[in-house]
Amino acid sequence: MTDTSTPGKKTDWASPQLLAKVAQRQRAEKRFRRLGLSAIVIALAMLATLLFSIAGKGYSAFYQTRLVMDVTFSEAVIDPKGTRNEDDLRAAGYGGIVRDTLRETFPDVKSRKDLRELFALVSKGAPMQLRDMVLDNPDLIGQTVPVDFIAGDDIDMFNKGFIPRDVPEGDRRVKDMEIAWFDQLDAVGAVKMVFNSTFFTSGDSREPELAGIWGAISGSFYTLIVTFLISFPIGVMSAIYLEEFAPQNKFTDLIEVNINNLAAVPSIVFGLLGLALFLNVAHLPRSAPLVGGLTLALMTLPTIIIASRAAIRAVPDSIREAALGLGASKQQTAFHHVLPLSMPGILTGTIIGLSQALGETAPLLMIGMVAFIVDIPGGFTDAATVLPVQIFLWADSPERAFVEKTSGAILVLLGFLIFMNALAVLLRKKFERRW
Amino acid sequence: MSFLPLVLVLLAMCTFGYWYGSRRAMAQTDSSVRRVAVRPHQFGLYVAIWGLVPPVFLIVLWGLFQEFGSSLGPALFDQIRTIVFPVVTLLVAAGGLYVSIQKINPALKVRKTIETAVYGVLILASTLSVLTTVGIVFSLLFETIQFFDKVPLSEFFLGLEWSPQTALRADQVGSSGAFGAIPLFAGTMLITLIAMMVAVPLGLFSAVYMTEYATDRFRAIVKPILEILAGIPTVVYGFFAALTVGVFFRDVGSAIGLDVVSESALAAGVVMGMMIIPFISSLSDDIIMAVPQSLRDGSYGLGATRSETVMKVILPAALPGIVGAVLLAVSRAIGETMIVVMAAGFAANLTANPLEAVTTVTVQIVGLLVGDQEFDSAKTLAAFALALVLFVITLSLNVIALIVVRKYREKYD
Repeated sequence: MTDTSTPGKKTDWASPQLLAKVAQRQRAEKRFRRLGLSAIVIALAMLATLLFSIAGKGYSAFYQTRLVMDVTFSEAVIDPKGTRNEDDLRAAGYGGIVRDTLRETFPDVKSRKDLRELFALVSKGAPMQLRDMVLDNPDLIGQTVPVDFIAGDDIDMFNKGFIPRDVPEGDRRVKDMEIAWFDQLDAVGAVKMVFNSTFFTSGDSREPELAGIWGAISGSFYTLIVTFLISFPIGVMSAIYLEEFAPQNKFTDLIEVNINNLAAVPSIVFGLLGLALFLNVAHLPRSAPLVGGLTLALMTLPTIIIASRAAIRAVPDSIREAALGLGASKQQTAFHHVLPLSMPGILTGTIIGLSQALGETAPLLMIGMVAFIVDIPGGFTDAATVLPVQIFLWADSPERAFVEKTSGAILVLLGFLIFMNALAVLLRKKFERRW
Repeated sequence: MSFLPLVLVLLAMCTFGYWYGSRRAMAQTDSSVRRVAVRPHQFGLYVAIWGLVPPVFLIVLWGLFQEFGSSLGPALFDQIRTIVFPVVTLLVAAGGLYVSIQKINPALKVRKTIETAVYGVLILASTLSVLTTVGIVFSLLFETIQFFDKVPLSEFFLGLEWSPQTALRADQVGSSGAFGAIPLFAGTMLITLIAMMVAVPLGLFSAVYMTEYATDRFRAIVKPILEILAGIPTVVYGFFAALTVGVFFRDVGSAIGLDVVSESALAAGVVMGMMIIPFISSLSDDIIMAVPQSLRDGSYGLGATRSETVMKVILPAALPGIVGAVLLAVSRAIGETMIVVMAAGFAANLTANPLEAVTTVTVQIVGLLVGDQEFDSAKTLAAFALALVLFVITLSLNVIALIVVRKYREKYD
């Protein structure tokens, strides 16, 4: 360009050099455009890989292998006295019944070692399963009925195809013998795939086939309640103060700068604060949703304040002036007029803040919510864990079956998050007003 | 009387005060009088405030007093705690209720009292965030000072060896504990660097495409999808990094003859970068949008193509803002915990090779504090020292970034 545009000399725009230059610049333009598009495509591909890899690993957690076998509820074992006393029924030796059932179904298995393998065909929870059946319906005693046993985790993995048949026996967890038994059951139609209700109704367990997420979901629920009860009122009150009442001075500046910085403090630091403040100074119980909720509330507070302030600021001044003009005090204006009008925006921000809190793991590790907890928490001070922490714990477990459970739990967690965010979007769409 | 019943009794008393105050105000108002500046229930609130504020004040004082009150001797302290304190609190509440009920008459300026009380509560609520910061600083500082009583500053900031397992018994061999944090800082920097190398180009180019090229429809659909990346919990990224990406890099490495461990810094860094993409893209999006249209028009008017405009006009103009965005992203990457806990190593390893396992500050904090804790061992205290370093670094990065972004905004406002 420069050599042809010297002053006095007319530029020949049709010259081959210039045309070539223009073509080159247009190619560069196209390249640049493609580069931008490919950045987006790569990012989206990463997201898709993440979601598909987890969905692919996790969908099988929602169903479960059951083995159907005829069980004789022998009265001599369960209730020798014949009293049908509930405590006796509870204490009876159901393990023996499970073993007898397996022995009867596979009469050729004799050696001690083989028998141990055989008993591992069904879950370690099988005796409990029988016990619950008997407690539910004591008339079963003395009868022989087909029972759906939950399969052991290895058999479950084998049936779902995660343990292939064609690898050498030494390299797989399910031995040839077990496969033979399994095929024998399969041949008579005694292998079923059913919806895995255990996964949604039970707490954590060392046995993958008995582990469920209900304990973690309850823990998350209690934790979020505490978080909401603390962070919502305090967040809204701070936002109202800062937007409607705060004088322009150093202290207000301090609060504002401080809120912005708190929003960027790493979450794990809040965990250490919770550890030092709530556990070591206030002596609240470890691992409790109460402490987790308080810690997460401090973390969520800046998000809620920032969102609420934006919502309050969006209410036009004419509303305030009208209220003041009719004789309302400043507080009446704020609480009777501005606050209701900004509520949809505040709620949207709160839901987004809570969904962040729901997915948060690191601070909860610091306050001991990582314990192995079987019982379903029933209150704010019971030891509990939350869904993300449960995912973290299972991700650490070596059993193949826990990979499936982890991914399944992630799918459930993502489901909750999608629900909450959809709710926030819906709220905004329905109630958003533009003045 | 323990704490919870005391509070319940207090609340019951105030509810009664509210009801009685409202009734009494109602009785005093002449029904023929139409102009009532204050409504009866506000008298009720007035009474309730008088019944609640003094005892709450007392309870707070008591909470502070409890910290050193035990020096009075356990028997006396116990008596004060179980008998004197509740009785005094309830008497004060009753006194407040009684006095305020006596004061009720239509001329009383009740609204002012109520509004003062509400104003006080609002100020208290907004002070909580400041108190949180103060709490963070003090809780970290307190333990950190104790830590540096046991381990010299120079060892922590200059030492090259990190093995925090202190001896259980004094005569145990090889477990004296070393607290040189350099390998952790180096590991954190390595993973952050990898994350930035993924996130900055992808995020920036997405933002440029979104603002300068994309149609409104494309933008409306793709932008929210990209933001999903920011909403996915970090524990999910951690699982993905450990189980899918780490294994993938290891397999690729062994296929081309490279030795890649499955807990490589590369896997953790790439997944962390993936998480940060929407952070950078939406921040840069705002910043590029804020570049005045006149600059673009000028450039187009001189015959520049779009890409030339972006590279030579828009990006240089937006550079300070983008630097601010990148700094914010760096601070987020440094503080990120779950991805590295699940996908990076635990052993301290001083290396710049992204194919090896490194550990980070956050990984060590988690490693030191999960499980049994004794609060006087250097091992536990080290976690607080690391957290203080983390806090100071992320805070300074944020402050710098905010200043840069603010300066930039002022330029074009």
